[in-house]
Amino acid sequence: MLARLATFAIDGVEPRQVWVEVDIRSGLPTFTIVGLGDTAVRESRDRVRAAILNSRFDFPQTRITANLAPAFLRKVGPGFDAALALGVLAASGQVTAASLRSYAVFGELSLSGDLRDSPGALAVAEGARRAGLTRLIVPTERGREAALVDGLEVIAVPTLRAAAEVVMGARAPDLSDLPRRPTPSGAGEPDLADVRGHATPLLALEIAAAGGHNLLLEGAPGTGKTMLARRLVSILPPLSRRDAVEVTRIHSVAGLCADGLITRRPFRAPHHTISAAGLVGGGSPPRPGEATLANHGVLFLDELSEFQRSSLEALRQPLEDGRVTIVRGQRALVFPTQVMLVAATNPCPCGFAGVGDRCQCGEADLRRHRRRLSGPLLDRMDLLVTVERPTEQELRAPPVTSSEAASARIAEARERQRSRLAGDPARCNGELGARALRRHVRLEPAADRVLARAYAAGALSARGRDRVLRVARTIADLQRREVVAAENVLSALGLRQRGSGEDSSCAEAASG
Amino acid sequence: MTEACDRHLARAWLLDRLSGNLDLVRARIDELLALDDLELIEAVGGDAAPRLRAALHGFDAERARAAADQGGIEAICQCDPAFPPGLRALPSAPGVLYVAGGLERCLELLREQPVAVVGARRASQYGLEVARSLGRGVACSGVTVISGMAAGIDSAAHEGALSVRGPTIAVMPSAANRPYPAAKRSLHRRLVELGAAVSELPPGAEIRRWMFPARNRLIAALSAMTVVVEARHRSGALVTARHAAALGRRVGAVPGRITSPQSGGPNGLLAVGAAVVRDAQDVLDALFGAGVRRAGAAPRAELEPEQERLLDAVASGHDTMDALARAGIEPAAALVALAALEIGGHIRREPGGRFGVQPGV
Repeated sequence: MLARLATFAIDGVEPRQVWVEVDIRSGLPTFTIVGLGDTAVRESRDRVRAAILNSRFDFPQTRITANLAPAFLRKVGPGFDAALALGVLAASGQVTAASLRSYAVFGELSLSGDLRDSPGALAVAEGARRAGLTRLIVPTERGREAALVDGLEVIAVPTLRAAAEVVMGARAPDLSDLPRRPTPSGAGEPDLADVRGHATPLLALEIAAAGGHNLLLEGAPGTGKTMLARRLVSILPPLSRRDAVEVTRIHSVAGLCADGLITRRPFRAPHHTISAAGLVGGGSPPRPGEATLANHGVLFLDELSEFQRSSLEALRQPLEDGRVTIVRGQRALVFPTQVMLVAATNPCPCGFAGVGDRCQCGEADLRRHRRRLSGPLLDRMDLLVTVERPTEQELRAPPVTSSEAASARIAEARERQRSRLAGDPARCNGELGARALRRHVRLEPAADRVLARAYAAGALSARGRDRVLRVARTIADLQRREVVAAENVLSALGLRQRGSGEDSSCAEAASG
Repeated sequence: MTEACDRHLARAWLLDRLSGNLDLVRARIDELLALDDLELIEAVGGDAAPRLRAALHGFDAERARAAADQGGIEAICQCDPAFPPGLRALPSAPGVLYVAGGLERCLELLREQPVAVVGARRASQYGLEVARSLGRGVACSGVTVISGMAAGIDSAAHEGALSVRGPTIAVMPSAANRPYPAAKRSLHRRLVELGAAVSELPPGAEIRRWMFPARNRLIAALSAMTVVVEARHRSGALVTARHAAALGRRVGAVPGRITSPQSGGPNGLLAVGAAVVRDAQDVLDALFGAGVRRAGAAPRAELEPEQERLLDAVASGHDTMDALARAGIEPAAALVALAALEIGGHIRREPGGRFGVQPGV
């Protein structure tokens, strides 16, 4: 007898439909699985056999052939176990085969017949809906996550036996009865209200969040660069439902904890020893990198100058395009990488430039440090701010602002941008290209003069000028101005990064 | 066209030829260079001495001149009455001075009491700032700034002078047309354009260790006064100061923190009687007598009262954004005002986000 049911393979972060076909005919007892599976799929035979027997079903002592179609797609992981087991049960007549048509089945089996937690259920659920299936069987732990997809009946069951019973017509367990995972206590959420002092960095954070600008934090070790970057997430506008589902799907596929919808923007801080593949995705099978895990959130690179050049180089194009394409064999996988980049660095190799006379770095050391920093990635940084050690009084003083207050201002500024940029591919000022800048950024005459003077003094490169314009536009948005004022341009100049190709000081040029 | 005589060109050629040997000899380089040609061959030539003597005898002066011409270098030898008189005072005076950037202009720049500003390669921000401002101030009043174009203090002094298009000369360790360190290529190009680069070695000479102390004696000899900005003990800048003192030239030093190793050199010089140099005016006073010449200073542009207040705050040590915030200035307002001051050239941003007041020019 032949049984056929649907399941899904996860290809990158996208679901691909896979048909599980099980054929049983008389012959010597064997169980073969064909269809380009990896080791986990091959080992699935033994799990399926034990799980079926331990679920008080019979394992047919005949010739069993299972096929995972399409045969060209490489299938990875133990997520096909449940579908294979149900296929065997249907083919041997222990479960009615006809009712399996409308089901998609996903999950790993334990030898005892339990359905084990398997990453990627949300992606599978999306695939099932797209394929026109109406019911999805997943392990209990993933029920809430799979239920995020509308128009799909999610059946979250703890065991193979329970799954078989539901297929045979038993009532599916109610999703609302599912145990919630203990969520970490809400008090731990980082908030701007925890910050003392740091007046200028807070200003820069707010501008960065309002305009979607990439930010470079510079400061001695222990001054609070990481602490500030972590809090950026709390003032970014909330995720839209669509984006939230995308974030949840990616995190689910990556096996990161996901109990229901992720509503907080992700914050990822990879260590500086990370490889290019770890940062933008890769490997075999291709897995999403940190940039994809930070999609719609913040990617924080601490100690920017310590990262391998190849890793940073690899990050450049994904940052620009908002996605990364990884080609393996005949296939190209696309991972989304829409992130806000925040980087932190020491001002000099010893880290103590600007702290009393502690810095002993020579001119050559500084030059080397700057060279390590500069490069393609620095070009994408609109803002530079120096983080200083707060003083004793500041640590005792009340907080400067809170995430709630800042969020309100930022939301309003974003709204202004949205209405201005309607019909433009850019969604915020940070994404404005050179041409869009000319169209959308109007300067007061005085502002124009300031910019011209700074440019003439050699303080800006042509690209640096664009960066200043973008930031000035955001500052004006925060101040509810339609036309950019001179003081907005000056603020932007004060926060400009003195990166590649730009004179570090315009005073020299001005006096020359 | 190089006019230096055959005998002195041969001497320069010989130094280049003996370059490797000179590095191996354990003797003070200025004592070695005081020897005449044959003695020098005897002292450092070793087994190759007879061959060297023959080669010296067969020296092709025309080829040396052609090489100099090709490198865009002019040369002047001791026989010429215009040869810088400062150099003649050296017991180990060079036979030839090679000049990149125009011999005539170079001699003109050397005419009136040049000042050497020298110091460590690994310098602090303070040292670099002082060297730059000394270079600028001295050059502004028309006095030539001489230094060695090394990283750190030397380059900062040249940069300062060049920032006002003032007179400045670099004494190169190897050939005059060869930038050393190579990273200072653009500085060398501007020096040759606006001032000059000089050397006692012919074009094509490879860089050797002995050339640095040898170069230092030329810096001291070319200058009427040597100012040491920052130098650790045993620094080459102190060698320059010692030569200057031996030649009876003035020596000045910029006082620094007694705890900072970079200021150990100048503080030591001050202890044994060097002139205290706090600004370019101190240098000019030491050279020409108190108040005879004024260090050039451009009148500061009119500033708005708010900017003036901020400038004072920066000058009094509130030199970072957060420090200004502590001094009661709104961060957003400070950001705006500081940027305005920066593009106006009144302050400059230093590593670590500090601001420094740009000394008036």
